Amino acid sequence: MTANLNIIGLAREVYKGLPTTLCAGCGHNSITNHLIKALYEYGVEPHKLAKMSGIGCSSKTPAYFVEQAHGFNGLHGRMPSAATGAKLANRELVVLGISGDGDTASIGLGQYCHMIRRNVDCTYIVENNGCYGLTKGQFSATADVGSTQKGGKANEYSTIDVCGLAIELGATFVARSFSGDGKQLVPLLQAAFSHRGTAILDVISPCVTFNDHVGSTKSYAYVKEHDIVLHTADYIAGGREITVDYEPGTVRDVELEDGAHVLLRKLDVDYDPTDESSALRTIHESRERGEFVTGLLYVDTHQQDLCAREHMVKQPLATLDEETLRIGREDWDKMMRPLTET
Amino acid sequence: MPARAVNDFTIRVATVNGSGSQSSNLVLTNAIARLGIPVAPKNVFPSNIEGLPTWFDVRISALGYQCRARHFDVLVALNAATWQQDVGGVKSGGAVVHEEVFPCKGDTLREDLSYYAVPFTALAKEHFADKGDLRKYLMNMIYVGVVAQLLEIPLSTIEEALRTQFRSKAAAVELNMSAVRIGVDYVQQNLEKHDPWRVVPMSGKIDGLLFMEGNRAAALGCVMGGCTVAAWYPITPSSSLCEYFIQYCDRYRVDPQTGNRSVAVVQAEDELAAAGIVFGAGWAGARAMTSTSGPGISLMAEYAGYGYFAEVPGVIFDVQRAGPSTGLPTRTMQGDLAFAYTLSHGDTKHIVLLPATVAEAYEFAMAAFDLAERFQTPVFVLSDLDLGMNPWLTPPLQYPEGSFDRGKVLGADDLASMKSWGRYRDVDKDGIGYRTLPGTNHPAAGFFTRGTGHDEEARYSEMPDVWERNLDRLNRKTETARTAVPPPVVSEKKSTKVAILAYGTTHHAVVEARDFLRDAGVEVNYLRVRALPLPPEVAAFIKRHDRVYVVEQNRDGQLYGILRTELPTYLIGRLQSIRHYNGVPIDAHAIIDPLLAEQREPAVVAE
Repeated sequence: MTANLNIIGLAREVYKGLPTTLCAGCGHNSITNHLIKALYEYGVEPHKLAKMSGIGCSSKTPAYFVEQAHGFNGLHGRMPSAATGAKLANRELVVLGISGDGDTASIGLGQYCHMIRRNVDCTYIVENNGCYGLTKGQFSATADVGSTQKGGKANEYSTIDVCGLAIELGATFVARSFSGDGKQLVPLLQAAFSHRGTAILDVISPCVTFNDHVGSTKSYAYVKEHDIVLHTADYIAGGREITVDYEPGTVRDVELEDGAHVLLRKLDVDYDPTDESSALRTIHESRERGEFVTGLLYVDTHQQDLCAREHMVKQPLATLDEETLRIGREDWDKMMRPLTET
Repeated sequence: MPARAVNDFTIRVATVNGSGSQSSNLVLTNAIARLGIPVAPKNVFPSNIEGLPTWFDVRISALGYQCRARHFDVLVALNAATWQQDVGGVKSGGAVVHEEVFPCKGDTLREDLSYYAVPFTALAKEHFADKGDLRKYLMNMIYVGVVAQLLEIPLSTIEEALRTQFRSKAAAVELNMSAVRIGVDYVQQNLEKHDPWRVVPMSGKIDGLLFMEGNRAAALGCVMGGCTVAAWYPITPSSSLCEYFIQYCDRYRVDPQTGNRSVAVVQAEDELAAAGIVFGAGWAGARAMTSTSGPGISLMAEYAGYGYFAEVPGVIFDVQRAGPSTGLPTRTMQGDLAFAYTLSHGDTKHIVLLPATVAEAYEFAMAAFDLAERFQTPVFVLSDLDLGMNPWLTPPLQYPEGSFDRGKVLGADDLASMKSWGRYRDVDKDGIGYRTLPGTNHPAAGFFTRGTGHDEEARYSEMPDVWERNLDRLNRKTETARTAVPPPVVSEKKSTKVAILAYGTTHHAVVEARDFLRDAGVEVNYLRVRALPLPPEVAAFIKRHDRVYVVEQNRDGQLYGILRTELPTYLIGRLQSIRHYNGVPIDAHAIIDPLLAEQREPAVVAE
């Protein structure tokens, strides 16, 4: 790698997008910056990147990175279906979906569930701030019970935990992080790119305008205070020797489908991200305590993604021609025989 | 014997849903067609899996009329629950084949009908005691034998039809044939024919034709039109379209060596998700479709508007049933025309194709993919239950020549030779911009697709002039589409100023109505609309006539409404709306009666 160029020879500049139009200090902007770093370091080819989003503050994000890539800013909550279609049309695309908590957990909950169920190969980021920013601060379905709006009104309804739900639905990669923790988020993003299947990244991203006050459980102060880091992560690209020094027993090495590795440096807990019930228990217990547990919560690298389950040809379906797709003349004529079986 | 008792009558079979009568009905239909006689079967079935009354009408028409006949002449009555209603509907002079145990003791029988009592249940019990569940199916096959014998259909023809039905499975053919023979024998030994209804072999009228449902033809159109991504949510009466598509793909889109498939089919969680998959795939360059019915397009409205405004290709088949709301799920209607044409909020106009025949269901399916890509927009194919689910006699479908029209797609080489490009620039002044597909390896290829306001370069914009310019360009695209969609079919004689205008399956009733009217001394010209936006030929045709009857199968005259909106004011007064909307397919008299009444006493219209 030449200085300042990534493994495919592109400068970091290529991974930038238009200037943000979100509020100054918005957690989403931090996520964008981490994303730019992750895409650059991973070496995603811009022309193969499909940036998909729904509607909401979060869903504006695709405009702010990799300007050369194709973007699809779809409908509120309905991005997963469009992402599914795009991946089916061209399985060579790196599909990156960016959503919000309203987008994912309310209007789009159905599509979120079914994308996971199908294990569509994509990275799906939930920029989670517990409120609707564009319509000025209403609660979303990820708001915690008892947390308050800016005006003081408390949420009385139970919260939807997009990570717990994802695992319950059979998700194959589920991580949670904090927009302010690039050290943890960047490797998790890269691991998500490497994963063949739906990779869910729930990123707590405080809304500085409507949800950053005392009483909010998604404010900077609250998250910093209650962030329980399971592990910090390192990402090692496929084909590279793992040379990082580590003490055996304190690092968990997860090999991903393309030969890459994510190394989870354990802190104070003995956590196995391949154990589904322990993942669910950890999420549940942390919620009971009012904490955010962050890190790679669950991963299963042995499931087939949608394209594999559909036994699709390797060539992108979008590029197949008449010759390949039409029924042959002989079979056709057989089918068109008068008054006989077809 | 009435003059038209040969090869011109309708048989109605009344049974119970789930009794397996469908095979028997199809064998009977196929056998009559094998004698060279045009038949038009209509399945009149309930929204139910098992237990409710169901009917199957076989119209036998030497003249080849394919629409529903309003009355029937021969009844096969096998459902006690509907006995009164069924017998009540038989035309005077008709014949009734019935289970011996009906009618109930003391029932008064209509004296103007011939009755043939057959102990179907007893015969089935006697002969098929060991057949268990199969017995009820075989009982139905007994009536095929009875009817064949009464109508004088040769047994060998029935056997050929059985081979078609059971795909030459020898054991099934033999077993069913034994049931047919029981029916034949019973008639020979116990009954004397005393009605005028008979079939006589004929030739020339249906040579070379085959039976096919519109949904099957549309599925073939999807295969031959290069559809590679299908997403759907099951809904009557469209489900069989995707099921046939899957069937054909299982057969013809699988590499025998690797097992790899050149198609992806997703059964989505709902119709909006299906539409999302279609437009996601269309955006990424695949030919994608979904099939649904009215309740489904209601859910798809959001993505349809997105597809229109963000200019993403996608094909939506709407096999119409009776609405609004859940409506009559297994009945037919042309009730979605106005809704589909403008499906979305805001100013929206879609390309809508209106097949009337099986051949058109196939051709328009293929055309839909070309038009969707050429115009970078959603294309609706509006079929209906009558076309989609009933078997029709059709000429063999034509093998397509030529290549797919992928529209204005720029590749990396094109971009390399261009100074600049903008996704929504109207370079050719036809309203259609150039697009690139994700995955195109050129730094300038990418652009941002969005449903919010955007300028020629696909950049976000809320500027009033930019917004207006964009909507005007989209309208220009609609104007271009008028001359690219299938043009209307016109049948015109200079001697008359009276005309009918119709679309879709209403066509078949118009054909019969015109003949009847001609015999009654009223010559009527005919234009069949085959697509929206309306091609220019439509206004020109109306201009040449004083009175144009717009015939359609919905309550509010939806095409009539579109014509009133889009035609020059001076032509509007020439239109007269004729509507049929009771859930069963339109028949000729639904056109003839109001038209003749109006001809005698024209309504006063403000010009």
